[in-house]
Amino acid sequence: MTSPAKPPVITPYRRLDPKTQPPLLYEPYRASVERAPRKPLILLPQTLSEITGPVYGHGDIQATDNDLTRQHAGEPQGQRILVTGRVLDDAGRPVPHTLIEIWQANAAGRYIHKADRNAAPLDPNFSGTGRTLTDAQGHYRFVTIQPGAYPWGNHPNAWRPRHIHFSLFGTAFATRLVTQMYFQGDPLIPFDPLLNAIPEEKARERLICKFDPNLTEPDWALAYRFDVILRGREATPFEGQ
Amino acid sequence: MDYTPTPSQTVGPFFMIGFAGPLLISHIAAPGVPGERVKLVCTVFAGENQPVNDALIEIWQANAEGKYNHSGDPQEKPVDPSFLGFGRQGTDDLGVCVFHTIKPGRVPANDGSLQAPHLVVGVFTRGVLQRLPTRIYFAGDPANDSDPVLALVPAARRVTLLAQPVPGEPETWRFDVHLTGARETVFFDI
Ligand SMILES: [Fe+2]
Repeated sequence: MTSPAKPPVITPYRRLDPKTQPPLLYEPYRASVERAPRKPLILLPQTLSEITGPVYGHGDIQATDNDLTRQHAGEPQGQRILVTGRVLDDAGRPVPHTLIEIWQANAAGRYIHKADRNAAPLDPNFSGTGRTLTDAQGHYRFVTIQPGAYPWGNHPNAWRPRHIHFSLFGTAFATRLVTQMYFQGDPLIPFDPLLNAIPEEKARERLICKFDPNLTEPDWALAYRFDVILRGREATPFEGQ
Repeated sequence: MDYTPTPSQTVGPFFMIGFAGPLLISHIAAPGVPGERVKLVCTVFAGENQPVNDALIEIWQANAEGKYNHSGDPQEKPVDPSFLGFGRQGTDDLGVCVFHTIKPGRVPANDGSLQAPHLVVGVFTRGVLQRLPTRIYFAGDPANDSDPVLALVPAARRVTLLAQPVPGEPETWRFDVHLTGARETVFFDI
């Protein structure tokens, strides 16, 4: 069996604190009872396969991809909002030029998806999808409309709080994150099993964007700040065994 | 400042509206990319055999030389800029999605040995609040016996990580993901 002359230098990404992340199985979220794996995860020391990952460039993004209000002939219905923030690692360092994808319901709480049975109108001027790359300092910005709350079948009279789905790649397979951003003061938040699956209150608050009067643009749009923190790397490399 | 990583949430049932377009990738390797061609047919199940029609599968892999198209791979081997090594598909009504790619080469392990050819995989679905990381190895590859990651898995469960060749269909491999049930797939904490 051939071996390379020396082992690769692996500086792994730090592991997550389970109190700050939702568990796989959370009974109040009914679908997790059907679908969450029951056997314990197997701890895998990161290898070259996990500390590398897909990286996208500007060629994959169109100019209007971060403005969900300009993707059709007319303007969508709803309250125009800016959602802006930074993508950082767990030491506060910016994650530059990384892909962010978002998707959301329209102002009436309806997704443009064939499986969405919510009896609310579609908006011909709103697709509800956007993508962008962070800049050199990790900043990003979306222009969209305030999504509506929508009913779902999880429990009697269940409604999802207003939210925007976020998907981020970061720098490696290990940093991939799919999450949801919620809005400060939404009365549905205390009843939402997805958000409340996260054990620590402080951790749940990290998914709630903050209204920012300074970023709000007069006579045009309300602004919300939402920073996303991805896993960062250990301080020292792991070399050989 | 608090820089604790942001919590994960489920991808939900409607992610395809966000991922439709250029970044929904079935052809990981275009025709002409060097390597042994692989058509990978993935099926996602919950319970014993219920197909999951709203799962998302993401794949990351090295090229045929065992080199990743990423700045974090220090190996002095060439990369083909046309081969990123990333694929992403949603499952259909039968729980199936298909990738067209090449079998990756062997990537160094942390102890300097070589890992067996494998793809790293992330499974996302409604009902699961985190990404589920797993790996796809190729049944019958002699390198599997000395792979340090497979060695972490109880012997009886290793089969859940093996793609199987489909009889009578050249270059075609089948990989089943069982979220739950007796044949539950091995998922990793990375
Ligand atoms: Fe949603």
